[in-house]
Amino acid sequence: MIDDRPHVLHSKYDVVVAGGGPAGLGAAMAARTAGAERVLVVDREAEAGGILLQCIHSGFGLHHLGEELTGPEYAQRILQSALDDGVDVLTNAYLLDIDNDQNLKLLSTDHGLSILDTRATVLAMGARERTRAAIRIPGGRPAGIFTAGAAQRLVNLNGVLPGRRVVILGSGDIGLIMARRLAMEGVEVAGVFELMPHANGLSRNIVQCVHDFDVPLHLSTTVVEIHGRNRIDKVTVAPVDDHLKPILSKAWDVPCDTLLVSVGLIPENELSRELRLRLDPTTSGPIVSSTMETSRDGVFACGNVVHIHDLVDFVSAEAELAGGHAGRFASGIRPPHDNVRLQPGANVAYCVPHTVTTDQPHTVYLRVRKPLEKSMLRLRDSEGAVVHERRLRYVVPAEMVTLKLRPGVLDGFQGDSLLVEVVAR
Amino acid sequence: MTDHDATTFSYLCIGCPLGCRLEVDEDDHGDIIEIRGSGCRKGDRYAKQEHADPRRNVTTTVAISGGLWPRLPVKTSSEIPKDQVLAACEALRQVRVQAPVKMGDVVVDDLLGTGCSVVATRHMPAIT
Ligand SMILES: Cc1cc2nc3c(=O)[nH]c(=O)nc-3n(C[C@H](O)[C@H](O)[C@H](O)COP(=O)(O)OP(=O)(O)OC[C@H]3O[C@@H](n4cnc5c(N)ncnc54)[C@H](O)[C@@H]3O)c2cc1C
Ligand code: SF4
Repeated sequence: MIDDRPHVLHSKYDVVVAGGGPAGLGAAMAARTAGAERVLVVDREAEAGGILLQCIHSGFGLHHLGEELTGPEYAQRILQSALDDGVDVLTNAYLLDIDNDQNLKLLSTDHGLSILDTRATVLAMGARERTRAAIRIPGGRPAGIFTAGAAQRLVNLNGVLPGRRVVILGSGDIGLIMARRLAMEGVEVAGVFELMPHANGLSRNIVQCVHDFDVPLHLSTTVVEIHGRNRIDKVTVAPVDDHLKPILSKAWDVPCDTLLVSVGLIPENELSRELRLRLDPTTSGPIVSSTMETSRDGVFACGNVVHIHDLVDFVSAEAELAGGHAGRFASGIRPPHDNVRLQPGANVAYCVPHTVTTDQPHTVYLRVRKPLEKSMLRLRDSEGAVVHERRLRYVVPAEMVTLKLRPGVLDGFQGDSLLVEVVAR
Repeated sequence: MTDHDATTFSYLCIGCPLGCRLEVDEDDHGDIIEIRGSGCRKGDRYAKQEHADPRRNVTTTVAISGGLWPRLPVKTSSEIPKDQVLAACEALRQVRVQAPVKMGDVVVDDLLGTGCSVVATRHMPAIT
């Protein structure tokens, strides 16, 4: 994306960042701003930028940069700023391990196996797509089954079309965006099938990706069988009942040569698991403090590796926080420990960060379990007393809710944990 | 108002997650009589625009030789009429450019006579 500069690999760094997507690049810049001298970003791909490089549609940066950019434009902007800020970027480089003394094991095309000594590390490895739903569908495993993200990479980077007639399972934004992308490339999209009674994507994507291209969208319907010997030749789909069980008597066949599965992302947590970081079972990402520090001292995390963000703008904001604290950690500055644990209560799937302090401003990100029209976000203490509340207009699981806590808000709060709930007004 | 000479069109508002279902009644001169269903004023504005002159930005790729990847992502510099989107994609499938290309470089000058240009959305250095 930007011409490679000759690269020297040092043996000592203040901050090393694993992953060169918006989270990693943002964290690296913030670490520089916070005073870290030597900051290195490593990415296993041939170029930095992360998933944004394949997201060629626009819709990035409205909050953070104040204009609407495509994914590659956003990536290139932040990569350029990171290089201008004196951040080192090493691509084709895979972070393998971090030991207890912050020695990093790195495997790279340019330098082979290297051991780096760092004062602080930021994990920003992003997310991968869930494949579980695809695995569970009965039938053979012929060629022609892709995750939507893999197909996106094929089409937008490699210039290869996955097939001529495509069925998409899942109506999240990635699935919807791929429906449009394939229709634009002259591929027939036989339908988008969604298990739930509502589409999971933004209404903007329903209009501009599905309606605009006359793609049939079948709600409360799922793929129940995959057919084909070498290549997939059809799928059987069926409507589901109120308990999401397929009604097989109403099933029908849809001829196709390709099935795209788009059923959500999950943090890339192989490394986090290897490091034995404490993980949140709901997000599948590490548990983090209000400084985005994981359960291991000096190891910070941000972006999709912590929890799945729908907007890159929030990734960038979180990265700034994580990188800033990593930079200060490298110069020996540690803020006092958090004193309040946040616990998900009614209709809240998770909150990030997992702990906060009462005397600092915080932004808490959370996701609800069920859509609610007129709702109230409440923080309760362990006795059930309401400590803080805010009206919310409309909440859906597909959209992250942000809660800004100003220092005054938790004044006078004595306990050590707060229950976060989003309930009907 | 007599009901039988009004035609109703429906739209889904994209202004916020509420996704209001909007209905536009049009008389037989093609003028809007009434807009229903909006939860706020943004919805009325959106319905008017979508009804009278729907437009879209197009983001797609063109072929590129001599770069790291064989495709170059591009976008229209402004919105084009919605009914020209597919023709635009078709036209852009015939385009091939040569690396190096810089973000913002014009790839097509006047797309299908819309007066709108198509620009690269990333650098693609030449691979040596
Ligand atoms: C299809 C799709 C559409 C989207 N659409 C929008 C949109 O319209 N608007 C919007 O605002 N947001 C959108 N998003 C969300 C946004 O793009 C992501 O939230 C954001 O890119 C996440 O950034 P990240 O840096 O955490 O992860 P990523 O961008 O995934 O970057 C992670 C990087 O880490 C590298 N890596 C992983 N493991 C290692 C390792 N062990 N060693 C070295 N490197 C490693 C990977 O190669 C990758 O480059 C979309 C996301 C997807 C997938
Ligand atoms: S009309 Fe207003 S409230 Fe309804 S979806 Fe549009 S912007 Fe949201």
